[in-house]
Amino acid sequence: MTHEHAAAAVHIAGVSKVFGKGGTHALDDIELEFQPGEFISLIGPSGCGKSTLLRVIGDLLEPSEGLVRIGGKTAHQARLDRDYGMVFQDPVLYDWRTVARNIGLPLEMMGWDRRRRAERVQAMIELVELGGFADHHPWQLSGGMQQRVAIARAFAFEPALLLMDEPFGALDEMTRERMNIELLRIWGASGSTVVFVTHSIAEAVFLSTRVVVMSPRPGRVAGIVPVDLPYPRVFETREDSRFFELVTAVRELLRGGAPAPVGVEA
Amino acid sequence: MKGLGARALKEWLPPAALFVVAVVGWQQAVNVFDIQRFLLPRPTAIFASWHEQWGELWSAGWYTFQEALWGFAVGCGAGIAVALVLARWRPLGTALMPYAIAANAVPIIAFAPIANAWFGIDQGSKIAIAAVLCFFPVMINVLRGLTSVHPSSLELMRSYAAGNFAVFRKVRVPNSLPYLFSSLKVASVLAMIGAIVGEYFGGALTSLGIQIKSAAALFNFETAWAAIIVACILGIAFYLAVSLAEKLAMRIYPARGAQ
Repeated sequence: MTHEHAAAAVHIAGVSKVFGKGGTHALDDIELEFQPGEFISLIGPSGCGKSTLLRVIGDLLEPSEGLVRIGGKTAHQARLDRDYGMVFQDPVLYDWRTVARNIGLPLEMMGWDRRRRAERVQAMIELVELGGFADHHPWQLSGGMQQRVAIARAFAFEPALLLMDEPFGALDEMTRERMNIELLRIWGASGSTVVFVTHSIAEAVFLSTRVVVMSPRPGRVAGIVPVDLPYPRVFETREDSRFFELVTAVRELLRGGAPAPVGVEA
Repeated sequence: MKGLGARALKEWLPPAALFVVAVVGWQQAVNVFDIQRFLLPRPTAIFASWHEQWGELWSAGWYTFQEALWGFAVGCGAGIAVALVLARWRPLGTALMPYAIAANAVPIIAFAPIANAWFGIDQGSKIAIAAVLCFFPVMINVLRGLTSVHPSSLELMRSYAAGNFAVFRKVRVPNSLPYLFSSLKVASVLAMIGAIVGEYFGGALTSLGIQIKSAAALFNFETAWAAIIVACILGIAFYLAVSLAEKLAMRIYPARGAQ
């Protein structure tokens, strides 16, 4: 068992989080394990603790109980070793830096030399299809382009794990669907494990290998829906009858009803 | 280059024309309404007096400008230094902030007569007044700039295992620059006001404030006006110099809406 845990991309054992003394019980006894290369969505209503869980995985918050291991290391050590990249709902780009220098920020922090940085940044700009915008400043870009810069920055140092906190939450539906397909393409090319927080059932099903459904107060895992839609997923995937069945399964779990008969794990 | 010149002409011509119209209108108004010269001298008389006492006025102007410059340097330097310390030790900043905001609302110029006793009647007291005037807006603004960083921005740096110093250098300092420069512009104006008004409460005969005060007392209103114009020119030049420094800094660290 221990050996198997060491190999897991993310291993969450008995994690609880209470804010303040006798305060909000954000997470209650979470047990999860994600394998390398998986695309996991965390979905649930506001206050179910999905963003908190993401921050506990990234060692941005300490769990009150339990432990998190990333690729066999403690979450703290993984953060110090820069084993994961992070993308927020707000793209968090620095206005005074150009697109290229924003993408290069983590590489600067890791002490890469200028030439190596320039090469990687150029490759990332091409990967997210922002050619010609390297010298633009963030405020000169649309919301979707800004988020692409943030994604390029997160993937730039090829972390084994990507933590994404509603990265497309502020985008319009059409841009969002296009970004979903792009994200899958980048994920497919990188082989990274992704943990993706979202409010959107359709987005979760479309992207993921598995959808973790959470329920609020206290935040618990209500169920896990494995998504057996084949990759690459395309626009037509959303019109597939299997897609609708899976969306319904997630919705049922969110409503707290009986799991739909599509092979829901406990 | 030609296009640039034409654009500059287009931009500068209307205000320049307005200036000429205003001065001519002023001259005519004094003539037509027979305004007493202690109320408003003719522009031509002011200009004549300005021309006549050119050397004296500008050396007085330089004397006062030096006070403003030193006050600006000391006040802004101290403001930035204290802001850096308070940003580093937040509880200290939180404890001091209400007092800093209250002190900023105090009419510091009221201390001018006392400053004469503390720092000497010569340049020292004027520098002190100008420095104190500059200190609070700069300190408050820079502290705001250093601390008003998006929480996700800090989480991002934390995810890179960035230390306090890296966060300071790569996030807080660049974030504070627009705040810094808007406060420096305010401070440049305050420094001139502090120096000149400080002189009204007693100072060297060679200072601009004393020149204005004694000329007015001796009914030399043209001279007083000429000295005020010197003060205006120096004040505007100071402000423009700070604005230019801002433009240069913003070229290196552009901010939203700067271009």
